[in-house]
Amino acid sequence: MNGDKNRLRSLADVSGDYLQDLLHAGIEPSETGRSGSFLLQDQSVVYSHTSYEGLELMSVSEALDKHEWLSDYLWKVIPADMDQYTVDVGSGANGYFIRSKANAKVTVPVQACLFIASDKIGQKVHNIIIAEENSELHIITGCSVAHSVSSAFHLGVSEFYIKRGAKITFTMIHNWSGGVEVRPRSAMIIEDGGTLINNYILMTPVKSLQMYPTAYCAGKNAKVSFQSIIYASASARIDMGSRAVLKGDHSRAEIISRVVATDDADVTVRSDVIGEGSSSTGHIECRGLMLSDNAAIVSIPELKAMRKNLDLSHEAAIGRIAEEEILYLMARGLSEEEATSVIIRGFLNVDITGLPDALARETKKMLDMHLGKLM
Amino acid sequence: MLEIKDLTVEVGGKEILKDLTLHIERGEVHVLFGPNGCGKTTLLMSILGFPAYKIIHGHIIFKGVDITDLPTNERVKMGIGVAFQNPPRIRGVTLGDMVNIAQGRSEAVIDESVIALADKINIPAVFLRRDVNLGFSGGEVKKSEILQLMAQSPDFIMFDEPDSGVDVDNIELIGGIMCELLDRHKLPSKRKRAGLIITHSGFITRYIRADRAHVMLDGYIACSGMPDEITKNIMEEGFEKCVEKCSAR
Repeated sequence: MNGDKNRLRSLADVSGDYLQDLLHAGIEPSETGRSGSFLLQDQSVVYSHTSYEGLELMSVSEALDKHEWLSDYLWKVIPADMDQYTVDVGSGANGYFIRSKANAKVTVPVQACLFIASDKIGQKVHNIIIAEENSELHIITGCSVAHSVSSAFHLGVSEFYIKRGAKITFTMIHNWSGGVEVRPRSAMIIEDGGTLINNYILMTPVKSLQMYPTAYCAGKNAKVSFQSIIYASASARIDMGSRAVLKGDHSRAEIISRVVATDDADVTVRSDVIGEGSSSTGHIECRGLMLSDNAAIVSIPELKAMRKNLDLSHEAAIGRIAEEEILYLMARGLSEEEATSVIIRGFLNVDITGLPDALARETKKMLDMHLGKLM
Repeated sequence: MLEIKDLTVEVGGKEILKDLTLHIERGEVHVLFGPNGCGKTTLLMSILGFPAYKIIHGHIIFKGVDITDLPTNERVKMGIGVAFQNPPRIRGVTLGDMVNIAQGRSEAVIDESVIALADKINIPAVFLRRDVNLGFSGGEVKKSEILQLMAQSPDFIMFDEPDSGVDVDNIELIGGIMCELLDRHKLPSKRKRAGLIITHSGFITRYIRADRAHVMLDGYIACSGMPDEITKNIMEEGFEKCVEKCSAR
């Protein structure tokens, strides 16, 4: 099980060349302030460790050996034949298995990194995340690529199970480069009183990214929140959506996106809320900021109501940086460039709610680190 | 400290200021009266160097340096500050961030010194975390502007209608801080700073004594004199009559 020859003894043993790439994906090599760490390099699990009470963290292949019941969780929320990419991932792809046991409050975040180190590789991943009844789980997933990689492909299937009364916050940071094509396939089932807060952060270039994660609020009072922060640069082709299917009575969804498009980037933001449950509520908010005439932002919100007693709404706005905002900051002493940078930071500074303080601080630090590099 | 010589300014192709001349010495506070649309705010924006305010001819001299062609932030760094009448809202940029920026600090944290400063103008610490001007009441906008000036501590300060939309309790507080910012509590010979207060109601002059008052009409300064006298004339007879009286003398 732990027999991989390439296994690291600690995350800090990762090759020095890769440390920066990991850091920029929110991964803490010292493992301080983490309840567990997992690293998949190309196709191999090179590190997996936790000693946190109530938390299980290992590769899916190990978990399948350990838990017979786990096979029932594979390809359950996402049909194996959903599209060509899920078919490509097929059976046997490895990934992380993260599980908080019933009633366990794993308040310290788990970190998992999917890392591409080799050029021209197609990385296929299958992850399973389970929060058992009344448990709490906070996950930071960093996807990153070695700067030496000129082209690669990442296919990642992730299936989430948020049981009755459980809560997961899932913060995914993508740190790709201009040669990587990315096709994540994620879906989540949220039972009675369960909560998922899904944060997505993309600050670096990517060749192409297409995803449309779907959260099924199956239970009564199930809640989901998708918050995406995207700084699309270079020639990125991004088509990202978030869908919530509100099946349970009184279930709630909120989809918030902030998109900055510069250079030749092309971004389509889709949002879809389907209201089926009685008294369900859903809100979509998309804001875009255009910084280049060669860039494009398309916002496509969809609402589908299938009950009379529900409330669904959306608002979208795409615009430019207002000159009066720049002048206001200049009147406080900033140069035009500094003022522009402050406004963009502010625009992307979504108040990510629901995260533990330490994680919220780190997420902000991550954003600042990337914005600092950009401007 | 500030010398404006024969300044003519166009906005959107329309001449707003016409050969305007104004001198403000170190230690002095001037009040500028005038009806809506006479060009008061245009003068202020021109002193700041906002690009929409095109200088056709004339000069702006600050601390002996011709700043007519300097960008706004360079003027601010030389010691010019402003409290805007209707500042823009900026999403994601908090009042605390603005205070840090005005102080020239790169930190993004709201620390004890910022909280203490805000406390002086009755702004609670939680308020510093709000996006600047977003959902602020009239009085809150004024206090936020003054707080940013307290952080910046400029040598020459312009206040654009600091009394509009402010209740009585707050106007007293704002007036008190303005006096402090402009060294009014010091002996005249010790006053290092100068100010220009724009007002059309004159309400604020009850709380801060000015050295000189001007009335602006249609883009030029139509009359100047002692603040008490000018205020009285305006209150009793309106701007035009006040100017008539001035020119009759």
